[in-house]
Amino acid sequence: MTTSNLLFDIALTHLYGRARQTIISILGVALGVGFFIAMAAMMVGFQRFFTQKIIDVSPHIVMEDEYRERPRQPVSWFFGHEGTVISLQGVKPKEEIRGIKNAEKIVDVLRQTPGMNISPTLEGQIFYRYGSTDVSSTLKGIEPKSEKKITKIEEDIVSGNLDDLLTHSYGVILGSGLADDLNAEVGDTLTGISVAGIIKKMKVVGIFHTGITELDKSVSYSLLKDVQVLQNRSNVVNSIRFSLADPNKAEEIAKQIEEKYKYKTVSWQEANEGILSVFVIQDTVRYATTGAILLVACFGIFNIISTVINEKARDIAILKSMGFTESDIQKIFVFQGILIGVVGMVIGWWLGYMLSIAMGSIRIKMEAIITTEHLYIVYDIMHYVYGGIACMVAATVAAWLPARKAALMRPVDIIRGAAG
Amino acid sequence: MSGSGRPLLEVKNLTRVLPLEVPVTLVKDVSLSIDPGQFISITGPSGSGKSSLLYLLGLLDRPTEGEIIIDGLETSKLSGRKLSSIRLGRLGFVFQFHFLLAEFTILDNVMIPMRKLGKWPENEQEGRAVSLLKDLGLGDHLHKVPSQLSGGQRQRVAIARAVSNEPLVILADEPTGNLDTKNSKIVHDIFRDLVDKKKTTVVMVTHDLDLASKTDRRIHLVDGKIASGN
Ligand SMILES: Nc1ncnc2c1ncn2[C@@H]1O[C@H](COP(=O)(O)OP(=O)(O)OP(=O)(O)O)[C@@H](O)[C@H]1O
Ligand SMILES: [Mg+2]
Repeated sequence: MTTSNLLFDIALTHLYGRARQTIISILGVALGVGFFIAMAAMMVGFQRFFTQKIIDVSPHIVMEDEYRERPRQPVSWFFGHEGTVISLQGVKPKEEIRGIKNAEKIVDVLRQTPGMNISPTLEGQIFYRYGSTDVSSTLKGIEPKSEKKITKIEEDIVSGNLDDLLTHSYGVILGSGLADDLNAEVGDTLTGISVAGIIKKMKVVGIFHTGITELDKSVSYSLLKDVQVLQNRSNVVNSIRFSLADPNKAEEIAKQIEEKYKYKTVSWQEANEGILSVFVIQDTVRYATTGAILLVACFGIFNIISTVINEKARDIAILKSMGFTESDIQKIFVFQGILIGVVGMVIGWWLGYMLSIAMGSIRIKMEAIITTEHLYIVYDIMHYVYGGIACMVAATVAAWLPARKAALMRPVDIIRGAAG
Repeated sequence: MSGSGRPLLEVKNLTRVLPLEVPVTLVKDVSLSIDPGQFISITGPSGSGKSSLLYLLGLLDRPTEGEIIIDGLETSKLSGRKLSSIRLGRLGFVFQFHFLLAEFTILDNVMIPMRKLGKWPENEQEGRAVSLLKDLGLGDHLHKVPSQLSGGQRQRVAIARAVSNEPLVILADEPTGNLDTKNSKIVHDIFRDLVDKKKTTVVMVTHDLDLASKTDRRIHLVDGKIASGN
């Protein structure tokens, strides 16, 4: 105990003697930790918001009316795979009536699964005409009762009501961006022209706003049976959507369903693979940037401790000849690294917290992938823990290397050289 | 403790060769026996191996061959940690340069070995350091830092530090090498006092033949070997 105090006293005098360099090292560490926390607060905040939105607004699993591999043409059964010497040109694909066969049966069977909600949908392109404006949209035919269990679309409705679809024939709910483009409001009547060529007067009964720009600009909802009429495909559905009690199981369950019914069945993770892999890149960049800052901070610590050791070679020599052990000497300098690390870490925590608050209070209007008026900030204790651990490991290693060198210094070599 | 006939420090066939490309022999086949309570000087021409022998006796360097027995303990096979603890409790060093810690006060410098050893309770350490410094005429300078003292005063602080744990042996390498005649005499008298009053053994390397002549025993080295004094 007394020895530790003594070693600590000696360590402190060395840092006092280089106060400016010490402060710069501490700030370097603080910057690394603070930056890590602030970046994490912002990026993870965005990612969580985005992922939550995906889980909320879109189904966890979608069964589509297609197969993963296109059925091969008869000629390839004889002559091997496409891309070989013989290929038949100009074969028209057989006009299959697309749609999921036996949809009703599939829905009935899968509805037995506990925790699973199912909604059959028919989706198709439609043009809306209002005044002199034409806008195309993906019109989704839904059943409000089951839709409510699948997505949180109901929460996103900013005016009107999902159930109003049931009380109006050819009612429609528009995305906010779509409504803006059409300049239409709840109560207005649009003209809908389907790709099947069927034209209906459609009444706007609601407007939704998810915050995901792409969705808000292109999607609209009507009753399933109305859409079946518009698309001239009675009793057909082209997708079945599922929601799960645990969204994290989506990948696994999608695979099971696909194996059983053969239709391409896509989990939300697969559907959003692109964006989720962007998150991975984002995280990598974040860790790399923070790592680089911490590395520079490490050099600062390494540098100051190496300098102190060179400057204090005579002190080290006399302490060793007095009877201080190698590990005593090593402790003196590792203490210094730890001290810089701890102070830097605490300041870094504070800095990261302040930056998070500052970023959270900035008002910005953004209309990119998502539409928002502020940044999504998460306050996660683990960011502080990880930042702290990384900082302490880095500081200790940066100090340990020169400290080891000091510990192994032979006092005789220095005493010989210090006759004057 | 030591006493009753057994030598305090015994050296048998001590050789130290630096394993360089052309090996350099620093100390060659030295055998010595030093009794407690003696004031011993080591003299010899420059380069004769005086410092090298002193470093070996002080366990700061390890011999190539031979044994060093301190207070009955054979040291050549001991770990570095064990050698450190022997140095801490039983040996004290004074060099030509004072090697005081520049940021610590005189008092704190003298207390360092005591704090490290912990033989005296913490509340007694400061009092002991103060009385040591007062004895050496430094009572007015306790809270000054080394740069505020003269060369002779600094060397006296270094001596106070070396004796603070009441070592059995003080090993001094040209302790008066940087001092004028007056200060040299003061240092010499301090050592004399330690030997006479505290029964400490002092081994002092010196070029000053006048001072050497006043010690109890003179060992003369030439080319790493003892030429006379054994
Ligand atoms: N690291 C080394 N490399 C080569 N030669 C060395 C080394 N260290 C010491 N020597 C040589 O060993 C010999 C003994 O050196 P040492 O310092 O013990 O002499 P000394 O008697 O103390 O001399 P001085 O009176 O000048 O202090 C000298 O010739 C010296 O040059
Ligand atoms: Mg010498």
